[in-house]
Amino acid sequence: MNSTYMLPNRRHLLAGAAATAATVAAPAILRAQGGSLKVGMLLPRSGFEAGIGQDCQRGVDIAPGILKSLGLPELTIMNGDTESNVDTAREHAEKLISDGAQLLVGAFDSGQTTAIAQVSEQKGIPLVINIAGAPDITEQGYKFVYRNFPTAPMLTRDGFLAQKAVFDIVGKAPKTVVFMRVNDTFGTAMSKGVAALMPKLSMPYTIADEISYDPAARDLSVEVTKAKATNADAIFVVGRLNDAMLITRELVKQRWTPQAILSVGPGWYEDQYIKTLGKLSDGPMSFVPWYDPNKKLSKALESALAAKYPGINLNTNHVYTFEALLVAADAYKRAGSADPKALADAVRTTNITDNASIGPGISFNAKGQNDKIIGGAIQNRGGKLITIAPKEAANGQPEWPMKPYQDRT
Amino acid sequence: MDAMIARLTDGLSRRAFVLLAGLLAVLLAAPWIANDYLLTVLIVILYLAYTGQAWNIMMGFAGQLSLGHAIYAGLGAYIPAVLFTRLGIGPWVGLLAAVPVAAACGAIIGFLAFRFGVAGVYFAILTIAFAEFARIGFDHLTFVNASAGLFLPVAQLAHNDLWRLRGSPTMFYYVILAATVFALILSRLLLRSRVGYFWLAIREDEQAARAAGIDTFRYKMYAVMISAAVTSFAGVFYAFFYNNLFPEQVFNISRSIEMILGPIIGGIGTLFGPILGAFVLTGLAESVTSAMAAFGLDLPGAKQIFYGVCLLLVVVALPEGIWPSLARRLGIGERER
Amino acid sequence: MGLGVYLNVAVAGLLTGLVYGLMALGLSVIFGVVRVVNFAHGEMMSIAMYIAVVLFSSFHLDPLVMLVPIAAVMFVFGYTLQAGLINPFITRPEHSQFLLVVALAIIIVNALLIIFGPDARTVQTSYAYDSFELGAVIVDASKAYAAAAAIVVTTALFAFFRFTLIGKAIRACADNYTGALVVGLNVNHLYALTFALGAACVGAAGTMMTLITDVTPALGPGYTLLAFVIVITGGLGSMPGALIGGVLIGLTEALAGLLFTPSAKSMFAFGILVLVLLFRPQGILGRRLV
Repeated sequence: MNSTYMLPNRRHLLAGAAATAATVAAPAILRAQGGSLKVGMLLPRSGFEAGIGQDCQRGVDIAPGILKSLGLPELTIMNGDTESNVDTAREHAEKLISDGAQLLVGAFDSGQTTAIAQVSEQKGIPLVINIAGAPDITEQGYKFVYRNFPTAPMLTRDGFLAQKAVFDIVGKAPKTVVFMRVNDTFGTAMSKGVAALMPKLSMPYTIADEISYDPAARDLSVEVTKAKATNADAIFVVGRLNDAMLITRELVKQRWTPQAILSVGPGWYEDQYIKTLGKLSDGPMSFVPWYDPNKKLSKALESALAAKYPGINLNTNHVYTFEALLVAADAYKRAGSADPKALADAVRTTNITDNASIGPGISFNAKGQNDKIIGGAIQNRGGKLITIAPKEAANGQPEWPMKPYQDRT
Repeated sequence: MDAMIARLTDGLSRRAFVLLAGLLAVLLAAPWIANDYLLTVLIVILYLAYTGQAWNIMMGFAGQLSLGHAIYAGLGAYIPAVLFTRLGIGPWVGLLAAVPVAAACGAIIGFLAFRFGVAGVYFAILTIAFAEFARIGFDHLTFVNASAGLFLPVAQLAHNDLWRLRGSPTMFYYVILAATVFALILSRLLLRSRVGYFWLAIREDEQAARAAGIDTFRYKMYAVMISAAVTSFAGVFYAFFYNNLFPEQVFNISRSIEMILGPIIGGIGTLFGPILGAFVLTGLAESVTSAMAAFGLDLPGAKQIFYGVCLLLVVVALPEGIWPSLARRLGIGERER
Repeated sequence: MGLGVYLNVAVAGLLTGLVYGLMALGLSVIFGVVRVVNFAHGEMMSIAMYIAVVLFSSFHLDPLVMLVPIAAVMFVFGYTLQAGLINPFITRPEHSQFLLVVALAIIIVNALLIIFGPDARTVQTSYAYDSFELGAVIVDASKAYAAAAAIVVTTALFAFFRFTLIGKAIRACADNYTGALVVGLNVNHLYALTFALGAACVGAAGTMMTLITDVTPALGPGYTLLAFVIVITGGLGSMPGALIGGVLIGLTEALAGLLFTPSAKSMFAFGILVLVLLFRPQGILGRRLV
């Protein structure tokens, strides 16, 4: 209902030099501290966000083998459940720390992540945010909070840029879109981003109408009727899995296939969507933070996931949760010790170019945010997800327009 | 002042006084004894104890079942938060703004309900409707950022700033502890005042009370307004402790339910019930989590089932709540029931 | 927006409302007669939905066909629950009842989470995407079937209470508890029976719901609230009232969604609830309680 993405950034170049110097200068005692790093993994494993939390967990499950093959130290994962609840998130962050966690990763939901970040900062234990979109988290001047994920403004901007990239590739663009969005933290943040960025980026389409709907809605027939009545060329949607399925079903029942479905956000590419709708799931384009299928690490992740969870497509949840652990392991290796300050300094100077997500790599700016992440575009095709933009990361061509639902058997 | 202290301690047996003082001493010393995790748990417990106590004023004393109490906490959270983020006004001044608004809101709900004879379950559902109205309304109010959430800027200070409620968990702990003590004292004073006796009469049999000449409308309104006003402080605390507000969470019916579980388990209408209930519930929840972790069981949802079963057992076996039987056992049975 | 749009929305609202009404029907019986504030109503419906989903995915049994068997299972469940657990609570204060059913709801939701996992489950019948075209109006086939089932079940229940001996006995209990005892009715058994009937209605409603929406463990609470709104609006203890209440809410929400912003459409339902509570607490078709 109100989970969003958030990102931290930190400097990288200076850090590289400093880190090397630090490890050289570090006393032998610290360096001798071997053993695995205790990482507290906070996710919503129960409550209304349980599905997403458990999906992120898959990224954790496939990590050990891959981290080992990269020569990175071992991580001992301590599981924490935020129960999709801010109070519990805070409590369990405290609990994990008092149980010995030396670094925290979490927590998907912005509200819960904010609470955890406060604990993290107070205790001086580094927090690597896997997924959370609210920009405010990295605007607090925290020194121990790092985010390897785009902020909502970054998501919006990249969403638009990737759309333009796709329009360039296919040589066509919709003239009008109907903007449908879920009325929760994520949807509202995106709506504001859209209003602010659309004029600046000179998008080829105008928004015929903005239809916001309840995240707990069980029936979107009215919303889709309204959308259909606008006669827009395409649907620009910001929503989640639940509404993606509902909207698609309504589109079929009300016999309307737009030229394209442009989604910025989760839902339309998720396994449940594809499995439940089968042939009806083909066509929608999602403009989201994604992995670069051409990168070596991505291929490793894909095969590890296929081995452990066959039939599940690699997605944002898995990749970014894995990358958070990658950051943790990499920082631990460079710090040479589990001392929180040393770890935090090491995370700050992260510079991983061999990562999985699209973009030059993982590094953090002064606020703890990775501002170099580039959003991608994917399209559902035959039960798989084809990366269609940016060109460097693409492994397929976009299909435009969508095949009418009525023609799909 | 002397009369007030007399009213406060009158009827309190020596044993009860000693136990209460002992508990207070332990709670005061907690930051030194407990680790930060336990301290956070205690903060949550005291928060629930405080809101439970506030809710109890309306339910336990005046017999009005409110299932939408989150609206008062929500108003108490948003108003000072907006004043802080937009005008830099501190939370204590913000509280001065929030209390009248919450009381007014309670007055409106109370007025509509009592004038139109909405009682019992219907009143409860009416309160739910208002809380939901607030939730959806705030979800669309761009002034407070609607559903995107209102974030309070956090300052990492080396010292505690009590005036702006920025600081370490220890500071927040003492604030909520003081608030809970205040709520307990307030409840006791109210209960032993004329208003309190009228409330008990209304709770037992409203028609008889009216026949006896009590202006039930007025006293029910007092109950609702005082309860609402007291609850609003919880919102202030929440806003400045967690530093982010989402209407979906703050006004949610699950928050209302969470507020009332403590008093019902502990014992409605008793003074100590809400506090005991809060300790039992949160203590239970966290113990189960720890136990499951110790056994290496990772089954999300299992803890909640255990929690639900315990609730079930308490409600079936101890209809009056835990406190009355416990108090009798400890030999400090309360005189007012 | 042309007339076609309004018609489509109105028809959709009407059909949805009928299904909501079926969902609320069980509560009308339980709340109206047995006087239990069943805040686990939505959760009971989730159980029925999961049964339907499992039967469909394992044995390909269409929900329309499974309507009666699932209702029967829920009937037994309801009877056992009432006789075993809830009965002593009828005379207890509302907050006790409330706590009991809240505890039950928590247990049910989390048990469903553990057994079935958090992902949404669906029933994909062959006619899941069918729609009828009547002029400018496109009617969702599944909703139409569910709405038809709603009307049939309501009529059956209404006939039961009006014309059968047991039905009359139950109504007697509701009207006058002491009188019923005096006359020699086995009130406990009748209460359990009524609760069971309410549960059966919920079972039928849940089975129909699977045609329209997906089931997740956390589905319950939203529907519980909706059921209360409908039951109070339509009138406690009135079968047609539940349907009418459902239709009123369904239509209002649909039209509000069309004319204003859809995300706020629930506000209208609550607005209606408040108005009903204030000005006509017995609901549209309910009888004025003493």
